[in-house]
Amino acid sequence: MPVSTPPTDRTSALPTIVVVGHGMVGQRFLEALAERGLTAAAGTARVVVLCEEPRAAYDRVQLTSYFAGRTPDDLSLVEPGFMERHGFELHLGNPAESLDREARTVTARSGETFAYDTLVLATGSYPFVPPVPGKDAEGCFVYRTIEDLLAIEEYARTATTGAVVGGGLLGLEAAGALKGLGLDTHVVEFAPRLMPVQVDEGGGAALLRTIESMGLTVHTGVGTQEVTAGEDGTVNGMSLSDGSSLATDLVVFSAGVRPRDQLARDCGLAVGQRGGIIVDEECRTSDPAVFAIGECALASDGRVYGLVAPGYEMAQTVAEVIAGKEAAFTGADLSTKLKLLGVDVASFGDAHGTAEGCLDVVYADSRSGVYKKLVIGRDGTLLGGVLVGDADQYGTLRPMTGTVLPVAPEQLVLPAGAGGPVTLGPSALPDDAVICSCHNVTKGAICEHTTLPEVKKCTKAGTGCGSCVKVIGQLLPQSQDKGLCGCFSYTRSELYEIVRTLRITSYAELLDSHGREAARGGDGCEICKPTVGSIIASLAPTLGASGYVLDGEQAALQDTNDHFLANLQRNGSYSIVPRIPGGEITPEKLIVIGEVARDFGLYTKITGGQRIDMFGARVDQLPLIWTRLVDAGFESGHAYGKSLRTVKSCVGQTWCRYGVQDSVKMAIDLELRYRGLRSPHKLKSAVSGCARECAEARGKDFGIIATANGWNLYVGGNGGAEPRHADLLAQDLSDAELVRLIDRFLMFYIRTADRLERTSTWLDRIEGGLDHVRDVVVHDSLGLCEELERLMADHVAGYRDEWAETINDPDRLRRFVTFVNAPDAPDPSVRFVPERDQVKPDLDILAGPVLAVRTLEGTSSR
Amino acid sequence: MTAPTMETTQQTPVVQLADGNDWFTVCALSRLTPGRGVAALLPDGRQVALFVDRAGRAYAIDNRDPFTGAYVLSRGLVGSVEGRPFVASPLLKQRFDLATGACLDDDEVSVPVHAVRAA
Ligand code: SRM
Ligand SMILES: Cc1cc2nc3c(=O)[nH]c(=O)nc-3n(C[C@H](O)[C@H](O)[C@H](O)COP(=O)(O)OP(=O)(O)OC[C@H]3O[C@@H](n4cnc5c(N)ncnc54)[C@H](O)[C@@H]3O)c2cc1C
Ligand code: SF4
Ligand code: FES
Repeated sequence: MPVSTPPTDRTSALPTIVVVGHGMVGQRFLEALAERGLTAAAGTARVVVLCEEPRAAYDRVQLTSYFAGRTPDDLSLVEPGFMERHGFELHLGNPAESLDREARTVTARSGETFAYDTLVLATGSYPFVPPVPGKDAEGCFVYRTIEDLLAIEEYARTATTGAVVGGGLLGLEAAGALKGLGLDTHVVEFAPRLMPVQVDEGGGAALLRTIESMGLTVHTGVGTQEVTAGEDGTVNGMSLSDGSSLATDLVVFSAGVRPRDQLARDCGLAVGQRGGIIVDEECRTSDPAVFAIGECALASDGRVYGLVAPGYEMAQTVAEVIAGKEAAFTGADLSTKLKLLGVDVASFGDAHGTAEGCLDVVYADSRSGVYKKLVIGRDGTLLGGVLVGDADQYGTLRPMTGTVLPVAPEQLVLPAGAGGPVTLGPSALPDDAVICSCHNVTKGAICEHTTLPEVKKCTKAGTGCGSCVKVIGQLLPQSQDKGLCGCFSYTRSELYEIVRTLRITSYAELLDSHGREAARGGDGCEICKPTVGSIIASLAPTLGASGYVLDGEQAALQDTNDHFLANLQRNGSYSIVPRIPGGEITPEKLIVIGEVARDFGLYTKITGGQRIDMFGARVDQLPLIWTRLVDAGFESGHAYGKSLRTVKSCVGQTWCRYGVQDSVKMAIDLELRYRGLRSPHKLKSAVSGCARECAEARGKDFGIIATANGWNLYVGGNGGAEPRHADLLAQDLSDAELVRLIDRFLMFYIRTADRLERTSTWLDRIEGGLDHVRDVVVHDSLGLCEELERLMADHVAGYRDEWAETINDPDRLRRFVTFVNAPDAPDPSVRFVPERDQVKPDLDILAGPVLAVRTLEGTSSR
Repeated sequence: MTAPTMETTQQTPVVQLADGNDWFTVCALSRLTPGRGVAALLPDGRQVALFVDRAGRAYAIDNRDPFTGAYVLSRGLVGSVEGRPFVASPLLKQRFDLATGACLDDDEVSVPVHAVRAA
């Protein structure tokens, strides 16, 4: 079905470009045409695209992320409105069936014939299926398109074991997918190691160990001889070349790909001996009116490239040539960095060390599955390398290929603590070093810009696989303006001081008196509003302001989570987390949670914070649910706020044979003391009953570990993206000393931290670090302690449960409706589908541009 | 399809959305908190996100966040850059110009705007 505008008289007179294949490279080619103004919309060319698949181009590289919850629509590479805006005529599900080069026409499956002036073949590859008996039995698949994945997913529902033929890059991806579908998974690889093309023997061995430790079974050095099927014709096993056999319900062939050159062959275009449409440096085939790009092309350097980046370069080249400019594709780098089954694997340059006289520098630690090899030329130039298990250095090493390294190579592969690694900053790179290999963008081109969004927009760097984003960030100027956002030139801690000392209780007042000139009188922004809202809330009892986050102007400052006192989920529904202090809960309360979840059809899950999350509530259900929870004695868990989350506990002295203090009681006391405290970022805590540390206190912002003499207080711990173990602040504290010290510590943090700065980053950032903080909060070097304690006392005295306040106030309850003009109509876009005996969001319903029409009267849901 | 009757001659100002050639009355202006939005349901089932800024001006755009497909734009935070009011999607925080519907973080994306008036 054509999605785009039909040709008008105006377009039919234009020179016509027909593109066969709308895969990744075909789409990149269309973008390149659009960038050069070669479109019907610009009145310069008619462009017809024949697409075999039932959907427009999508990100094949990220195909496997479908199993991680990305929908086919998430994978689309085509911006909404792209085809229409440029007047590209896209024909979905309508492949080209024959070419007539004499008449310059293409005939599609629908029977339509399209005349062309220029023809571009971008037909990609097809998966190679070895000609083993039984390969067509029911239960055999390939792994290339979204349709393949849908079919595998469907079939896997009734299967328990799966086997992948081929242990290369795609084979391992497919194996990861089968494993994710719950199958007992085998990989059969003919070569003696995994990923034979990308990594060498040592790398293959490191990979093998890691993959086996994930529970996959790998058979290397054996070929598949036959696929066997049962009486009903469905796969039941495979026999292997070593005489053994493997019982399996499903087989995925991933034994390499072959260029799709049949169309070209049929019409007499020159193709390579081992396949691929022969093209010159301009990507022109043996017929000057026909080009071939992407995986179907045999490039002028004699290679068929199975990676997307070279294909993109070919697409650019052809667009440039059609635009009448000079361009050439002479070959590309085969460097890749991948995350396979969660393992980083990278190879770049001459990874196999084929250059004469080159030397390897190798570091291998099979225990942790890390393998690193650098190939160094005789004169000390870096020629290439392989990184398995830890590929962090890929971003800087790859662009250095071809240069002499500024430090000894062994320093780059050794782990920290063994004389390395020296981190080579990207500033050491030459300007022509390619930083983004997906889009072939150099350091020089990136450095012309100042922000990441700008780089992405102008150069496309960072918009492919994303592996270069970190390095790009390091190359961009670090901003001199320390201001919070476009509205304030002050930092968060400066604003805190202004609010505290001038006793400012309204955001508008602060903006108009202390905002940047241009921002005064305006509406602020999404960064400063919640930040100032949080500062005012932290100081509320002291300023005499209302601490209730939905009062008056405060309501307009909160992120949607705080606004509805619940966490927004991807489909617009909310989750609910009642507070369960210390993780201790009575059976009665557990039953209430169960009943509420059951009655409202909520998905329930035990969280990582020792409590229970209930997902899938509509806005209008929140007050009803909370009325029941509050009645049963629950309070808000503030899972939505930048405030105290949980104080986890271990069972401690009361039950545990090792415990030396009552860790549960302490955890509950602390959680009740600091609940509701608004802070720059969330706050987490835990209390362990002995040094065995079952509550993981050292991973928390403030963690407490019992000793025979009292408590040790650790601060600045973090899990999350940048884990950090907490540092010891003070030892052997009594209960009262402990609480007093935490009071001071938290208030000092709230006062001086930046927006969204956890205690860990704060502690590492502030001048003097931990020693300074200890001086301030233990030795009172700034004479602040009394004030810090008072601020906390105010907070404790002023605490009220937000949900209890909300459900008792009809005025506030009025905002818990989906539609202001139809308070009883539930949100029709919040729908669910069953999964594992519970529900999950129905995301399909959100995919279309318009929701199935529902009228005011007939609204129903779930 | 006519709107629920609400006389515009009455004292309290109301917010109205264009519905074909008619104006469809949504609610009293006082239901909107400056700097925050609400969602409204049109008679044909479409969802609109309504906002008033600090100066009391009303804006209306589609409620669907084009980046995620979720109907949530009304729940975003309102701000302004260079005097142009915007809402930041509560999901992935892309900003949309309230007057034009254009996404400020991605030139290729925009959301429909609806004619709105306070009367
Ligand atoms: C529900 C839960 C996962 C689970 O199913 O177990 C969860 C879910 C979310 N986490 Fe978490 N985290 C949960 C425990 C954790 C833990 C483990 C823990 O607390 O022991 C961690 C690592 C420990 C830590 O924070 O140091 C954790 C580290 C994060 C981070 C990274 C923080 C960092 O400093 O790097 C974020 C992102 C952020 O806050 O910016 C995050 C953010 C989120 C958000 C709020 C993301 C969002 O904005 O939508 C998730 C929303 C939950 C919801 O909608 O209800 N979550 N999250 C856990 C709730 C615990 C609770 O009872 O409150
Ligand atoms: C699971 C997987 C993971 C991958 N991971 C990576 C990676 O990490 N890094 C990397 O660089 N590359 C990776 N690749 C390879 C990458 O996807 C390809 O290099 C890229 O898609 C090639 O683009 P293309 O347009 O040439 O071919 P394709 O994307 O395959 O597009 C060709 C299109 O042409 C269509 N077509 C064929 N014949 C006709 C016809 N006669 N008429 C109309 N249409 C036709 C096909 O249906 C197809 O849609 C991966 C591939 C897969 C399958
Ligand atoms: S931390 Fe110590 S007291 Fe607590 S459960 Fe573990 S072993 Fe027992
Ligand atoms: S290297 Fe893949 S996006 Fe830049």
